[in-house]
Amino acid sequence: MSGNGGKPGQSSQDPSFKDQSFDDRLRAARLRQGLDKPDAAQAAGDKSGLGVGLTAGVELVAAEAVAVAIGYGLDRWLHTMPLFLIVFVILGFAAGILNVWRRFPPAGTGGSG
Amino acid sequence: MVGGVTFKMEPLEQFVLRPALGPIGQSVNFTQSNLYMVIGGALVLALLVYGTRSRAIVPGRWQSLAEMLYQFTFSMTVDQIGNEGRKFFPFIFTLFAFVLMGNLMGLVPFSFTYTSHIAVTGALALFVICLATAVGLMEHGLHFFSYFVPKGAPAALLPLIVVIEVISYLSRPVSLSMRLFANMMAGHMILVVFASFAVGLAGLGAVGALGGFVPFAINIPLIGFELLVACLQAYVFAILTCIYLHDAVHLH
Repeated sequence: MSGNGGKPGQSSQDPSFKDQSFDDRLRAARLRQGLDKPDAAQAAGDKSGLGVGLTAGVELVAAEAVAVAIGYGLDRWLHTMPLFLIVFVILGFAAGILNVWRRFPPAGTGGSG
Repeated sequence: MVGGVTFKMEPLEQFVLRPALGPIGQSVNFTQSNLYMVIGGALVLALLVYGTRSRAIVPGRWQSLAEMLYQFTFSMTVDQIGNEGRKFFPFIFTLFAFVLMGNLMGLVPFSFTYTSHIAVTGALALFVICLATAVGLMEHGLHFFSYFVPKGAPAALLPLIVVIEVISYLSRPVSLSMRLFANMMAGHMILVVFASFAVGLAGLGAVGALGGFVPFAINIPLIGFELLVACLQAYVFAILTCIYLHDAVHLH
């Protein structure tokens, strides 16, 4: 109504701005009521407490298993028995934490850091 | 054991592979797992062929099911990978339908769940990760290896970070296969454990028979929960495949 007589830029901006704010408010309200799940939750698929725990655990164990396999293989190959195993156990734990961080980014971060 | 009833609880017995199709299957090691894979593939094919045969504008039940499966997988692929993902759609659809059918068929009594073996899920995950790596190399050439170097990382830390990134990348097929296999196997084991409680208690006279209803009652919601897990894990497997292919196509 107010946009009809105004400048073309204004009239096209006004309703979209109103729509957006309404959509935002609706989304926030639905989120508050638990009707919508957050976007990240939908992308991750399984967001129940048990699901998060299992997924995070599997990610940690998988990275550790790969790292131990690499370390053990390098030691067998180079005859330096405990050296690479020890190094890769630590690196594998770091990789596991990285995996968990990427799957479930803490709120407020981009998630890729 | 009590009252002369011999009762054994073997929750792992259901995962033992046995030759199927008689002596021919035995001679080529064709197990019931392979048989159920063939049945699963045939069921998916049958659903799609039978469901779309009438090509009705207003779809019937089977056509709705076939179209929903198609539409769901298609939108998931395009949402996750982007428009370039269209060429991977047949692969994702096959993978999703195969895993979903395996998980769901496993819930039919006396059937076998082929996704409860890590040999199967591991082979699927290896195939996914090899495809994603090959796509990354084909799309970006040697530039693909910049995937292992995060933006803005200090040069002094690079030797450490690159190794960690490579481990993280290599752990993908492990976690992908382990998640599906562990979920399916654990669910089916729990079902058998509670079912054997019910059977075992039923052998203990009147009180035991009454008590046997408790584990039996637990198994009813558990079956529903397993139905959810079966669909969810197939979905998670497919969507993680999409995410890995997205990373290969777009590099971060």
